[in-house]
Amino acid sequence: MATTAEGFDAHHDEHAHDHADHKPGFFARWFMSTNHKDIGTLYLIFAIIAGVIGGGISGLMRWELAEPGLQIMGQIVEFLGGEGTFDQQGHMWNVLITAHGLIMVFFMVMPAMIGGFGNWFVPLMIGAPDMAFPRMNNISFWLTVAGFLSLMFSAFVPGGVGLGAGTGWTVYAPLSTTGSVGPAVDFAIFSLHLAGAGSILGATNFITTIFNMRAPGMTLHKMPLFVWSVLVTAFLLLLALPVLAAAITMLLTDRNFGTTFFDPAGGGDPVLYQHLFWFFGHPEVYIMILPGFGMISQIVATFSKKPVFGYLGMAYAMVAIGVVGFIVWAHHMYTVGLDVNTKMYFTAATMVIAVPTGIKIFSWIATMWGGSIEFKSPMVWAMGFIFLFTVGGVTGVVLANGGIDDNLHDTYYVVAHFHYVLSLGAVTSMFAGWYYWFPKMFGRMHSEFLSHLQFWIFFIGVNMVFFPMHFLGLQGMARRYPDYTPAFEQWNHVASLGYVITLISVAVFFINIIYAFVAGKKAAPNYWGEGATTLEWSLSSPPPFHQFETLPVIEDHHSADDHISPAPAKA
Amino acid sequence: MSCARNRTESVGQMNFGEIARKRLHILTILAAAFTLVFAPQAAMAQDAESAEAVVEEAAAEAPAFEHFGADMIKGQPEPGGLTFQQQYSPNGEYALWMHDAILMPIITVISIFVLFLLLWVVVRYRRGANPVPSKTSHNTLIEVVWTVIPVIILLVIAVPSIRLLAAQYEAPPEDAITIKANGYQWYWTYEYVDNGGFEVISNMMPEADALAANLPVQLAVDNRMVVPVNTPLRIQTFGADVIHAFGIPSLWFKMDAVPGRINEKMLTIEEEGIYYGQCMELCGARHGYMPIAIEARSMEDYQAWVLAQGGTISGEEEPAVEVEVPAEEAAETEEAAAEA
Repeated sequence: MATTAEGFDAHHDEHAHDHADHKPGFFARWFMSTNHKDIGTLYLIFAIIAGVIGGGISGLMRWELAEPGLQIMGQIVEFLGGEGTFDQQGHMWNVLITAHGLIMVFFMVMPAMIGGFGNWFVPLMIGAPDMAFPRMNNISFWLTVAGFLSLMFSAFVPGGVGLGAGTGWTVYAPLSTTGSVGPAVDFAIFSLHLAGAGSILGATNFITTIFNMRAPGMTLHKMPLFVWSVLVTAFLLLLALPVLAAAITMLLTDRNFGTTFFDPAGGGDPVLYQHLFWFFGHPEVYIMILPGFGMISQIVATFSKKPVFGYLGMAYAMVAIGVVGFIVWAHHMYTVGLDVNTKMYFTAATMVIAVPTGIKIFSWIATMWGGSIEFKSPMVWAMGFIFLFTVGGVTGVVLANGGIDDNLHDTYYVVAHFHYVLSLGAVTSMFAGWYYWFPKMFGRMHSEFLSHLQFWIFFIGVNMVFFPMHFLGLQGMARRYPDYTPAFEQWNHVASLGYVITLISVAVFFINIIYAFVAGKKAAPNYWGEGATTLEWSLSSPPPFHQFETLPVIEDHHSADDHISPAPAKA
Repeated sequence: MSCARNRTESVGQMNFGEIARKRLHILTILAAAFTLVFAPQAAMAQDAESAEAVVEEAAAEAPAFEHFGADMIKGQPEPGGLTFQQQYSPNGEYALWMHDAILMPIITVISIFVLFLLLWVVVRYRRGANPVPSKTSHNTLIEVVWTVIPVIILLVIAVPSIRLLAAQYEAPPEDAITIKANGYQWYWTYEYVDNGGFEVISNMMPEADALAANLPVQLAVDNRMVVPVNTPLRIQTFGADVIHAFGIPSLWFKMDAVPGRINEKMLTIEEEGIYYGQCMELCGARHGYMPIAIEARSMEDYQAWVLAQGGTISGEEEPAVEVEVPAEEAAETEEAAAEA
């Protein structure tokens, strides 16, 4: 393969290009890549594939929940070769919710945000030729792929009542230990090990790159906010993921080697697992949203043609969110039987997070204030993000109250809350970033019309899916139920219709990509114009295979928001 | 009528078809029960238990006890409902007030405020309306303001929030009635620790039975957890196999049932009625099918029910039926018996 791939290079007129565009053959380029842009592209393609699978699973879930009674679980079980007994149907539901959660968290949002946009734009924005450890970058990606395959494989091996791991993405013991016999849960856990190892390596890479490879003159306080967001995220990954790895390793030994870390029969405690899991799990939700914050900051500044308002406040608000994110984990466990002081502490600490988050929301609006705003597609997505994230954020303030959460815990209100901040927050910011940088990455302009169209269909669709879930949750509908009492039918029906609308928006997304590659205009180096002032806009679109062979210099007249404008004439 | 002896109903490992057939079988054998089954009042209550109660000697001697029918359902979701269920416990009422009077107005105003600001900048600072952007990037005063005001708002929320938590953790008085809710895959059992330690096994009522009795499908159970109204209850939860959660939305009550630990919380129900809840922690294949139904009754009715179950009223030391048999064993023995 590698040898034939060499031949592909002959088609390129190598001598006409300068050294920067020497590309290896197909196999070496895409399977043994050490180029941050190629690896970023691989991550994006991977995330889109995983997103389609995870989103397809949510389609099955919305189909099942469209009306009371079991609709399609039986057919799915029989399709996969099971008998379709009642218990197997219930188990299949649990497998679907588990897979949906794990895929969306570990194989869609994280690879897209950090692996995709992070890999592509951190080196470009700090003026570095590549990541610090290019080979490690490659193994990070392939470990993530291996993790995904392990998770997919788990769906086809026994996991208790039926095939697959039906433990929820939280993998709580003892359901995940004594409660699930068969290798499926082991494969799901192994999948997290692989993805986690990949993320830890990636985090190390980003921290090293950002600390050591910034262009001359680019101090930390002159870094673009997207780079700040990836830096904070990388620290969260580095500190949180080893805890997850430890917790799920203990699950594995409890399952297979007779230890009793989480089994009271041997002196263990199931609640210990939850503490460990959420010590990882809460920073994890900030891992998913912080890079989005960074992208939104870049986009809002670009299209307002103004510097980001309160740059230092914005950067340190992210640091604060990262720090406080580590000391609020037990708000996911308000009903496990915490004592009153613990619950009061976690209530107070959790509410504190609203302060730096509020600073970010208001700073984005202040950035727009006084600006000259152009409503290009990334800006529309970014403004959608700000509103949807606010709605998700304020329900977080409700849930932060331990006493209120007693009634909302594990209901659809929680589902609505975290989908507003993730599905409508993180994913919206990803689409914003996609349209902001797509022409930069691939050299072709997308259709602005289709991007706007996708936004409005998406906006209506996801709100239809998730807003009614607040009502369901307040009324007491529990999470992770394949079936419900008829009183919950109306809003579930609306949510399922909303899914269909969202699906149309995804179709528009793919049509837009096809349009861009087939008929899209060639992208200029700086296609957004005067507002786009970070270093990636000083390069061609797409950037050369190797960029910044001569390092750019950040001069004294450059601020955090402007790294490319020439020195004022007077100087 | 429910009865401590109806452990034959603890068919945790069977599917619903089997449960239904089992019931049908019992009914055909007990011809005497037919009259009661078809009597309207009994049909409102759970018919199968009524049938069995007739033949159970112990039950026949106990004072009469009639279960509430569908007209007494207080805590259940409303079709198309938009807000919390009506609350029937003091803490629930306070929490509901806090949510409706403090949290909802605050989060609504914040969301609308942000939406308004976004719309304002869209109109006022679009390129057409404001061709030359300002270069302002700092304003210390406004940054202090939008840091301090949220802090003040959070303090306003924190005061009732902490008060609510303190109330929820109030220790039950000495004479509170202790009831232990044990979560099993996939049903609940209720142990009346202070009433002779008898245990009620509660499975979901099959859909046909629930519809026949006009009870909500997937919430109705065969044997309800009967408790006295306006009396402090010491609810304890315990998970027998995996983690379950004992949650009743209309009582603002949710507590995980964790293996290896007993969680405890006080609950006082203010009105007679039926309150539905469900398991609220993923517990396996039939997580969605282990509902909870609490029936709050006057103290007299409660005591009558306890005696009908073969239990004792506090103070009396009369041994109750099957006190000594631990829950799991009992369930297993009865299952074996049922299969045989």
